[in-house]
This record gives sequence, structure tokens and C-alpha cells, in this order.
Amino acid sequence: MRAPAPAFAADLNGETIGAARAALGSALLDAVDQVGEVAMYVTRDDVVTALRALRDTPGLEYQQLMEIAGVDYPGRPERFEVVYCLLSLTRNHRIHVHVSTDEDKPVPSVTGLWPVAGWLEREVYDLFGVLFTGNRDLRRILTDYGFSGHPMRKDFPLSGHVEMRYSEAEKRVIYQPVSLAQDFRNFDFQSPWEGAAYVLPGDEKAALPEAKGAPTPLKADTIAKADVSKTPETPAKAGSEPYGKTTNSTADTGAGRGNPGNKPSDKPADPAVIPTKGQGQNQ
Amino acid sequence: MSVAPATTTVDPYVDELLDRTSGAQPTTGDVTIENYTINFGPQHPAAHGVLRLVMELDGEVVERIDPHVGFLHRGTEKFIEHKTYIQSIPYFDRLDYCSPMCMEHSYVLAIEKLLDLEVPVRAQYLRVFFAELTRIMNHLLNLGSHVMDVGAMTPNLWLFELREDTMNFYERASGARMHANYFRPGGVHQDVPLKLLTDIADWLDTRLPRLFEDAISLVADNRIFKQRNVDIATVSRDDAIAWGFSGPMIRAAGIPWDLRKSQPYDAYAKMDFDIPVGTRGDCYDRFMVRVEEVRQSARIMKQCLAEMPEGPISSLDRKVVPPKRGEMKQSMEALIHHFKLYTEGFHVPAGEVYVATESPKGEFGVFLVADGSNKPYRCKIRPTAFSHLQAMDFMSRGHMLADTTAILGAMDIVFGECDR
Repeated sequence: MRAPAPAFAADLNGETIGAARAALGSALLDAVDQVGEVAMYVTRDDVVTALRALRDTPGLEYQQLMEIAGVDYPGRPERFEVVYCLLSLTRNHRIHVHVSTDEDKPVPSVTGLWPVAGWLEREVYDLFGVLFTGNRDLRRILTDYGFSGHPMRKDFPLSGHVEMRYSEAEKRVIYQPVSLAQDFRNFDFQSPWEGAAYVLPGDEKAALPEAKGAPTPLKADTIAKADVSKTPETPAKAGSEPYGKTTNSTADTGAGRGNPGNKPSDKPADPAVIPTKGQGQNQ
Repeated sequence: MSVAPATTTVDPYVDELLDRTSGAQPTTGDVTIENYTINFGPQHPAAHGVLRLVMELDGEVVERIDPHVGFLHRGTEKFIEHKTYIQSIPYFDRLDYCSPMCMEHSYVLAIEKLLDLEVPVRAQYLRVFFAELTRIMNHLLNLGSHVMDVGAMTPNLWLFELREDTMNFYERASGARMHANYFRPGGVHQDVPLKLLTDIADWLDTRLPRLFEDAISLVADNRIFKQRNVDIATVSRDDAIAWGFSGPMIRAAGIPWDLRKSQPYDAYAKMDFDIPVGTRGDCYDRFMVRVEEVRQSARIMKQCLAEMPEGPISSLDRKVVPPKRGEMKQSMEALIHHFKLYTEGFHVPAGEVYVATESPKGEFGVFLVADGSNKPYRCKIRPTAFSHLQAMDFMSRGHMLADTTAILGAMDIVFGECDR
């Protein structure tokens, strides 16, 4: 890791995963070490016992619950992920524990383990609509009194549904549907010449990102590991040509044929690129 | 006052203590008072912003507090999902607007961690230098407002004068007095002039110690200030851990935990500084921990000035850091990079990280979920104030109504960060 990120004891990642597998048993679905951080996936029903084991087992000792984050993945069968960020003061180590759920299936509350979870769960409930059983005070916390909807869901519009203003006629504050003077524009700057998922002939090395910050289908973790040998060495072609000739006749060059793969229909559908309503006209 | 009965002394308070009040002239002790509920805020100068405390009182004693937050909720996390990585840095300045650069710090470190991006040494020093300036700036405001909450006026005015200096330094470095937008993934936005560094060095040697120590000397040993703070809202170590405390709050409870020491980021590993720790875990300890942190921050800043090397102030990776305008006028490639980075922005490979730094108020974390596109898929901000304010209920229980302002002042809460 070359980035100057907070250096907690990341060398404990391996032994932490081993100890967690032993302590959690079947409650632990998966434990991975990604980008230098341990992510554990536990079953929803066992979250309280799993987190208690992570807190109380010697060798794990995650005394502090720092954060509960909700994440919405609408494409998944269970769309929400609840992420518990734990910190061990004695081992100087951090992990995050992931639990998946949806609108109807409640997550057992961990307020019995950490009282701080009360507000953190309220926030996830407020912003995502995830229910927690055992939290005695599951009220909304950040949004307005009488608010409806769960604003951090991906299908909740950025502009919201209602706006508030003071009505001179009624001498009070009123709520009314949002009216935008101009349609909300979501600019899609993903450029087709660099963001394309297909690989042009002769450009096979593009599997690795050309540089940091360039679009890539790879995960951050894979890149960090592959960073040592940045570009896969292509073996030198046999023959007299030093550059490795790939075309032997004019037919190989694509001459006379249409530009391959440059029409929208030739491009593979990329789920990451969401087509805009106006077919790109609003760009 | 009416004439007291012959069986009692002249002072009704002593009578009440000695249980010698007559039924004919009851004092307040003989009248039953129902518990009643009052609202503290949302508009109250001692609430440090828009906080509403629904308090249940027994006379003047707090029985229960239900803090209502969210009056400053702007949906920052939702906005960030709709902006590119660089475009969302200004949102972080507006979280804790008393320590803007420390908010940016966690975010840029999270991005760099996902990109695995190297940061030049000078940039690391500059970030540490300005993070510590920010810590001083934040503590000057908090210490001043805390003493004003408990009744002293003068230190606040003196500390505000110093805070004005720090904001001028901010302006000379970044162009803005508060919302700096100075830290960038890969380094900082621009280099600082040498004159600014020498001016800050002079300030650290002369003005800061003189004014700061003067102001603190008025209250640190002051009898009234101690009566208002010592043994108010003591928090044990176990409670501090269970309630997710961090920063000066956990240190005042006696736990020497500082992310700058235990999990050093940027150039903190090279810095030599001490961590102040409280002994009783009360409001006075929290105050004094912050006082000492100002001195330690000045120490770190002096080390930065002495050791800061020359060199680039941000990563030279042109796929992440945009070129400067002068370069753009000369080079076609720089022009393309400039255009691409300010429209499309850079892409961050998919991954999830939780990066937390020691902000002046405690652990400020960013849980960043990237999906490989040019915008964060999810950016969860871990505010310090959320867990601290939640503890308000058990910390205030059994204390007087007037103590809540001292407790609140010693928590150091800013609602831009709490409500997001």
C-alpha cells in the first residue's frame, strides 16, 4: 500500500480472518481481505452473536462500534447491506462486518452490545428503511418531522418529492410538490473512447488500467496486487520483425470493412453505463 | 422575606436543611412539583447551532434528555453520489465548518487508498501542517465558546482574535477563509508561498503562545470555572468505549487513544508529539485536554516547518491530478487531461474502504464504496458528534439545567457535521 492512508495493524488481517472463522463458525459466510481491509459477511439472524463474539473473544477484541452504514444495491435479491465498522483499541485493528437485508426483513439490533448503536440504527432506518428488531427507539432522526420516504435509497430522486416554503396567503409554512424551473439533468461524462468495456484489437494490455484514475473493470484490490508488474509482458514474437507483425495481408487490416465496433449496436451493453433519456443529446 | 417563626433561625435555607420549616410558611421544599418538560433550542445560543433538547426536569435537575437532531440535514451523502470525486470535496468543508480541512483529509485519504496513489512528501507535510492549523482553529473556537457558556466573556474575545489569524492563513493558502477546498486526491491544490510559512512560524512563536496562554490563564485555575466544570458529567472508560467516543472525549476519560499516533497517516509517523490524557473524565478534563492539544499542534507545526522538503505538492499522475493552467497553455496533452479531469473526472476502481482520521473533534471517518465509475457509489460519513451527542442523555442525568450548557460546550459539537 503506497497511499498514505491511516496505518492500522493491517498485518493482522490474515490472523484476524482465521480467528473469526473459528469464533463465528457458520454465522460467518465469507471473510475477505480487500485493499488492506477485512470485510466479513455474516448471516442476518446471527449478527448479534457474531458481533458479540467479535467483541468478547480474546484475540479479536473489537471493543468499539464506530459506525453503521447502509448501502443500497437495487439489483440484488436483498437490496440493502448494513455495514458495521468495528475498531479494536487493544489490537489497533479495524474490520467491517456486512449484513444483507431488504425492506421487509428486519435486522436484529445490536443496542444490547453497544448503546451507541441506537442512533446509528435509527439513521439507517431513516435513510434506507431498514428495520431493526430490538431497537426500542426506532424513530426517524435526520429527516424532517413527518417526512415520508427513505432518501438514501437509489430510487429516491435527488430533488426529493416535496419542497417547503412560507405561504403569505396562509401565513404558515406549507409543503408542496417540487417544481423545478428546469428539468434535473444528470450529466453522464463517461466517455465512450476510454470507458468502453470492449478491447480493441491490438490493445489487449488495456486489461490493466493505463494509469491510476483511468477507467478499469478491475477491482481496487486486484490492481494493488498487480501493481508490481504493471503491464503484462507480451512475449517477443518469433521472426525477424522486431515489433511483432500482426498483419500479413491487406485483409487482416480491416480495409474495406466498416469501422469495427464503432456503431452503438456493435458495442456490448455495459450495465455500468446508464443510457440517458435523450440518447445522449443532453450532453 | 417575612419574619420567621421563633423556633427557626433567620435563614430559611438553614431551616430547610435542619427540617425546621413550619407548615404555615412552606418553603419550596414542601411543595410537590411535578416533573415537567422543556424545550432547549432549536434556537438557543448555548446549543451551538440548531439542536433541540427535549428535557424532562425535576425542579432544576435533569431527569432525561432527548436530543432532536437533523435540523441542518442537507443530504450531503446523497449529493456526493451525484458528483465526481473532485466535485464532492467542497461538501466536506461544509460538514464541520469549524475544521474544514480535517474533513477533507479523511475523504482524500480514502480515495487515495482505493487508487493506491502515492503522495509526494511535501504534500504530506503540507496536509499535516494545515490539519494541525485547523485543529488549533477548531479548539480556539470551542475553548472560547465553552468558557462563554459557563459565564466568562473575555477569553472568548481573545481567542477569536487568534482564530481570525488562522482564517487569514487559510485564505492565503487556499483563497478562502473557511471552505478551503485545499486537499486533493494526490496532494494539495497549490503550493504555499514562502512568506506564508515564515509568517505562520512567527505567529507560532509570538502571538499564539502569548494570547492563548493569557486567555487560558484567566480560566484554567479560576475557581468559578472549576466549580462549573469539575466533576460535571464524568464518563468512565467503559462508558467511553461503549458509547463510541473518540478524540478529546475518549482521551479525557483516561484512554490514550489518538489516531495520529496509533494509525499514523500522511507524515504523522515522523512527528514527535504527546497525547494529553484526562484523569477524571469530567468537563474540566475535556477542556484541559483541548488546551494541551493546541500546544502540541503548535509543536507539530514547527516540526513541519523545520522538516518540510522541497518538491512537488501533488502526485504527478496526470490521470488523477489535473495539470496547472500554465502547463495547459503549452501542452496539448495537458489540455486534454485538464478537460477530461474537470468533466468526466478520474475513475476509482471498485472497492470498499473505511478511512478514519483524527479530526479535532474525534474520529472522522469516511466509508467509501466505489463501483469503478467516476462517482462514489456510496459515501457514508462518520461524524464525531453523532455518538457524542447520543451520550448527552446519560451524561446530563442528575445534573442541573445550567450544567447542560457546560456539558454541551465540552462535547464540541457542530451541526454541519452531525446532521450532514
